[in-house]
Amino acid sequence: MLTIKDLCASVEDKEIIKKLSLDVKPGEIHAIMGPNGAGKSTLGNVLAGRPGYEATSGSIEFKGQDLLELDPEIRAREGLFLAFQYPVEIPGVSNMELLKAAVDARRSHAGQSELSAIDFMKMAREACKAVGLDQSFLKRGVNEGFSGGEKKRNEIMQMMLMEPSLCILDETDSGLDIDALQVVAKGVNAMRADDRSFIVVTHYQRLLDYIVPDFVHVLANGRIVKSGDKSLALELEAKGYSWLEDEVA
Amino acid sequence: MAGEFQQQALALAAQQTVTPWLSDLRAQGSLSWQAHAWPTRKTEAWRYTSLLPVENEQWQLCDIAASNTLSDETLAEFIELDAYRLVFVNGRLNSELSSALPAEMVTFADANAAQQVLIKQHLGQIADQQTHLFAALNSSWLHEGVLLHVAANQRLDKPVYVVHVNDQGDAKAVNARVLVVLETGAEATLLEHYFSTSTVDRGWTNALTECVVGANASLKHYRINLESEQALHTGGVHVRLNQDARFNGFTLANGSRLKRIDYHLKHLGSGSDVQLNGIYLPRKQQRVDYHTCVEHCVPHCTTNETFRGVIADSAKAVFNGRIHIHQDAQKTLAEMSNRNLLTSDQAQVNTKPELEIYADDVRCAHGATVSQLNDEALFYLTSRGVSEAEARVMLSFGFVNELVEGVELDVLRHWLRPRIAHMFGQNDQLTRHIIHE
Repeated sequence: MLTIKDLCASVEDKEIIKKLSLDVKPGEIHAIMGPNGAGKSTLGNVLAGRPGYEATSGSIEFKGQDLLELDPEIRAREGLFLAFQYPVEIPGVSNMELLKAAVDARRSHAGQSELSAIDFMKMAREACKAVGLDQSFLKRGVNEGFSGGEKKRNEIMQMMLMEPSLCILDETDSGLDIDALQVVAKGVNAMRADDRSFIVVTHYQRLLDYIVPDFVHVLANGRIVKSGDKSLALELEAKGYSWLEDEVA
Repeated sequence: MAGEFQQQALALAAQQTVTPWLSDLRAQGSLSWQAHAWPTRKTEAWRYTSLLPVENEQWQLCDIAASNTLSDETLAEFIELDAYRLVFVNGRLNSELSSALPAEMVTFADANAAQQVLIKQHLGQIADQQTHLFAALNSSWLHEGVLLHVAANQRLDKPVYVVHVNDQGDAKAVNARVLVVLETGAEATLLEHYFSTSTVDRGWTNALTECVVGANASLKHYRINLESEQALHTGGVHVRLNQDARFNGFTLANGSRLKRIDYHLKHLGSGSDVQLNGIYLPRKQQRVDYHTCVEHCVPHCTTNETFRGVIADSAKAVFNGRIHIHQDAQKTLAEMSNRNLLTSDQAQVNTKPELEIYADDVRCAHGATVSQLNDEALFYLTSRGVSEAEARVMLSFGFVNELVEGVELDVLRHWLRPRIAHMFGQNDQLTRHIIHE
């Protein structure tokens, strides 16, 4: 699904990711944990192709293609989805308009016919319900005036509708109370499939009680310093991150 | 040179006869027109808009008899509104395309004695011809015109739709005039629509609308200016509000070689309310200039004014919004906001919101912003698979969408959506996700 080899990446000429390698196979869930400033969000943004986040060396292969050669919209159409840590508010563009445009783009890229307005509406309503958002959110401006939790649910709703093959959740759990967290986790778990992979970036172990990862990686200072199974997350929770940073140093 | 142009314009007026009872008004207009010092770059009201496009032509009055054969394409541009419709083609009333008029409406030429009295009482009295250059010219060219008069406590059962279609490939000038008089407690909706049949239209329309909104009366006013790029437009909407009167206005304009629209509203009775929303969307080499002035002369009146512009390519826009609170206008609530989106590096806007306050117990706010497309929003949309080109169209449309959605007249709102969308994205692939109902 995704193979990252010796990736170095900079933001505004500052090197944030340093020789990072990661292999994600279809169906796997990888959790990436780490202290603030470790480069977790940078990794998600580099994968999604945010302008200004530049890969300076190394390679990323996504479903057999050189990901770094693809524009952000092509990455999305190929099935890469980033659920943002801080989703932007876009007044004047309705959620519904964005969702239809997104799903149309993904489907036509895959050679599928576009959904009729009625079929799509039905799907969107179901997705809305699945993440516990009122249907009035479909008509509202994208994330406009949404609470933190509503924004995160909205990201998951988009993810459900776009049916990506690689889902990257960038601190989707931050700022959520347990009820909202369960809704998000339920959405993710319902999407688990043999041909779909997840990279769950998080600062807190709590999320992993609800979304159980196959692998846990610790990112510190721009590189993966330790990998293990889900028990690593518990160890981190108990001991904090500083022992790892000391170990690396 | 300029004085020469003023004389030339007057000579044109002389070529046309007017019904005798309006000749005094014409004479007054001519005097005011001549008395105006011709604007230069130093004249504040014309600082950013050049009048050269009008000065540099040899104008002729339109002498073409109204043609009855507008193409289907042109007819398709009409707003399909259940309304009292008056259609002017090149400034001449086209009765075939117009509907039968209700008792509340009459053209100046057909006005009866009582209506003549009413017209003479108000026409030219609402727009200050000493201040507004082209209002003076409009009076000096006075020829055709429409009166809408609604009696006390009556509501006109349908909107009034006044259409001006121009299709002249040469320098022909058209004078348009509307007078609205709403008596106490009366209600009406007026939609003015100016457009060209083709891109070759090089005509000049000078359009003046004067409105008196009586005590507790309500006027909804829409003005749509979508002429060809080569056409010139100088226009004004002038309104007097009496006690507890309400004016709800919406205006949309593209740009052209010269397009200047003035709104001048006066709160003359306490409790009156003005809501005014506007959108301007110049692109290519187009120019558009909105000057608005709202005067609060008495206490307890409210004004809420919002203008948004999206300026593309090498276009230039001007917004000059002024709210003037006179000394007696205590307890005024007034807000004005102007936001601009520049979608190219060459696009320009000159925005100047002005508050002039002489009363001490008022609440007023004004603000203006100029911004470019938000990179974060652009990335967000592309990260969802939307092409960058479509994302730009969606964001540009989104910038004015709130004002479009605020248009109360359903038919107009539905009509506006695709037309505005197509100004941002010329092919359907780019607009299809924002055109829906």
